[in-house]
Amino acid sequence: MPLIKDGRIVEDDWVKVPDGEPVPADRPAIITFERWQAERDSFAGRNAALGVRVKSGTLAPAIAPDLERFALVAVEFPKFRDGRGFSTARELRERFGYQGEIRAVGHIIPDQYQFMMRTGFTSAEAPEGTNPESWARALTEITVAFQPSLDDPQPLSLLRRRLGV
Amino acid sequence: MNHIAPGRHAGVYTYDEIDRRFVAERVEQFRAQVERRLSGELTEEEFKPLRLMNGLYLQLHAYMLRIAVPYGVMTSRQMRKLAEIGRTYDKGYGHFTTRQNLQFNWIKLEETPDILNQLAEVDMHALQTSGNCVRNVTTDQFVGAAKDELVDGRVYAEILRQWTTLHPEFTYLPRKFKIAIMGSEKDRAAIRVHDVGVIAKRNDQGEIGFAFYAGGGLGRSPFIGKLIREWVPEEDFVGYLEAILRVYNQYGRRDNIYKARIKILVHELGQEKFTAEVEEEFARLRGPKYRLAPEIVAEIRQHFAPPPFEDLPATSVSFDGARVQNEAFARWVAVNVTEHKAPGYAVATISLKPAGGIPGDATSEQMDLVADLADRYSFGEIRVTHTQNLVLAHVKQDDLFALWTALEGAGLGTANVGLIGDIIACPGLDYCALANARSIPLAQAISARFADPARQQAIGELGIKISGCINACGHHHVGAIGILGVDKKGEEFYQITVGGDPTLTTAIGDILGPAVTADEAVDAIEAIVEVYLANRHDGERFLDTLKRTGHGPFKERVYAAH
Amino acid sequence: MALKDAAPKAITGNRLRDGEVVFFQSEGVWVERFDEAALFEGAEAEAALAAAKAQADRDQYAVDVYAFDVTVTGGTRIPVKTRERIRALGPTVRTDLGKQAAA
Repeated sequence: MPLIKDGRIVEDDWVKVPDGEPVPADRPAIITFERWQAERDSFAGRNAALGVRVKSGTLAPAIAPDLERFALVAVEFPKFRDGRGFSTARELRERFGYQGEIRAVGHIIPDQYQFMMRTGFTSAEAPEGTNPESWARALTEITVAFQPSLDDPQPLSLLRRRLGV
Repeated sequence: MNHIAPGRHAGVYTYDEIDRRFVAERVEQFRAQVERRLSGELTEEEFKPLRLMNGLYLQLHAYMLRIAVPYGVMTSRQMRKLAEIGRTYDKGYGHFTTRQNLQFNWIKLEETPDILNQLAEVDMHALQTSGNCVRNVTTDQFVGAAKDELVDGRVYAEILRQWTTLHPEFTYLPRKFKIAIMGSEKDRAAIRVHDVGVIAKRNDQGEIGFAFYAGGGLGRSPFIGKLIREWVPEEDFVGYLEAILRVYNQYGRRDNIYKARIKILVHELGQEKFTAEVEEEFARLRGPKYRLAPEIVAEIRQHFAPPPFEDLPATSVSFDGARVQNEAFARWVAVNVTEHKAPGYAVATISLKPAGGIPGDATSEQMDLVADLADRYSFGEIRVTHTQNLVLAHVKQDDLFALWTALEGAGLGTANVGLIGDIIACPGLDYCALANARSIPLAQAISARFADPARQQAIGELGIKISGCINACGHHHVGAIGILGVDKKGEEFYQITVGGDPTLTTAIGDILGPAVTADEAVDAIEAIVEVYLANRHDGERFLDTLKRTGHGPFKERVYAAH
Repeated sequence: MALKDAAPKAITGNRLRDGEVVFFQSEGVWVERFDEAALFEGAEAEAALAAAKAQADRDQYAVDVYAFDVTVTGGTRIPVKTRERIRALGPTVRTDLGKQAAA
């Protein structure tokens, strides 16, 4: 599945490991949060980067205690209409100061891409056969925002602001 | 694009290039989304929330476009554009809704981007009038004019309108989110049956702050909003709402569409726990980033400065004279006209409920006329009420007779505001894909039965509200008499409730008895009225008498034959 | 869907580009008038609905495609439910609008 970053398709360094399969020790690997909870000790000496995939119902506070162990958090959108992920990403950044990669996975559409960027996502896993143009355009279609968000440090005292591209 | 500025004194938010750029970009974004849908790049499942975000529903006969009228206020130029759109793209009429918006019923998807372009010319749009996002923030239709006003709700409604526009975190909520705000002693905005209801007020130091209610709503499971915080200082207004929305976005149910509103969350958590969650979130949010600075409020407030009222005596000789000479005019004044805070002025409500007519509908010609009258008599400003009527808020008493004469000529002079003929009815099964029964024909039959204006006036304040299904867009739960259309074995039946109240003494109506047919319903209303008139004490409204006597006498009379 | 198995059925949807109510007539052919719609009996109806939906989807032609019951008495066909009657004709409160007017 194509990985989108900065509006373009990029190489994905990460491997997604289904539950039950061995986790490669030498490559960045994403496991489910449930697996992390069950097998956390087994990752104690791990050198390669570890990422965790959380379901939409798993909110930021649940993974907060272990955040420094994860170079990547994949936030799942079971259906693109399930908007919890936007709050999860936002809290990971604002409340818990998370600096790693936050990736949107699951069922997402390009029309949400700008919202993702503004709530702290770094990348998005697009569906197979996606039109890359739609993702690129999503970042530049709307150049005005009406509220502060993560990509913009200006406070609410400026209700409307132009979005930097 | 040819932008037309509003009349200089109309009390609306005046767009600048930033606002216009945004609307233009949004239209182009939607145009591209339509193309991607027509080409198949977007499936219907993916496209539907996107078109709903632009107010486009698919209804029984065609697409329906719901155009936003922010907090119910528009300019005469905007009204003329709506009239023109009705003529060009629809069938020459529109419907004003219970959320102060306007609906067109015969829209084509492929023409919608062009319609949105047209709207953008007068700084209008259809953004977020549908979908699981924050909808049109509604307020009191007498705002800026009413004598009992403490704070002009438009200022804060506009701040919320901007701040909730394409909010990146809150565009995919569990369900729709409706906010109402008012700043008068009397609640004309049905605060406590909204997801969030805000009361703007002043403390002893004269500072502005807000009481926040949450978890109100009608529909399948009606709830009255609970008080979450009695006093939120002005600077925390946005931050506090952000906290509520974040709690809702994270914890609102997503497993069951009928349990997804915030009212269910508030109910399931309980007032205390819900409040604690909000306060905890708010404590984290509080800070410079979310502080609503007084400079912003002041800047927004400037858009709503009062129009240049003339220095007039408190009474008008010609006005008083006209009332004495013309009984029909006197009645219209007594029923449809409210006192204005500026001496010599008045607030005139235009009834869109002619006897036997379709509640809330207006033809393009009528819209054009109202626009002209607004220009001539009310600084070019028009309001839409949540009871599906229109308001000219700043009319000189001197001009009332001329205004009424013009309205009468166009079928807009019905003297029934707040009376039994002023029925709220949703579009129902005649238009709506969600309905179980028709609502408009019943409204027509009832208003025709009670056509006599003198009789209506004698009955007094009595709000009938009709919904064609449990979604309650007709607000039947809070009707003094509420009627819910149901489908019983393929036939249309109507369930009658009594005792509902949308004001601060909020109450959900109780079922009177078994559902009846449409004809029986009209007779039932007549029976209820007769029982009321027989039992009422001096000055008692229907609701007061009902409280005193209970259902008994009404139920007995209505179901006597059964 | 609790459809009476014995009742004949018709298939309807809304045309994607303009929202017009359309009725399925034959493969790839949709009509605007209910009296020109195809009627199906029993199990035939399910297959016809599936095919009609698939084609409407594939060609981005129509959405919200579903089947509904019809009664036929002496050559005249009427939808069983009020909802579909109104869909086939237009609003009962504005008989000057909709399909009923385009006679």
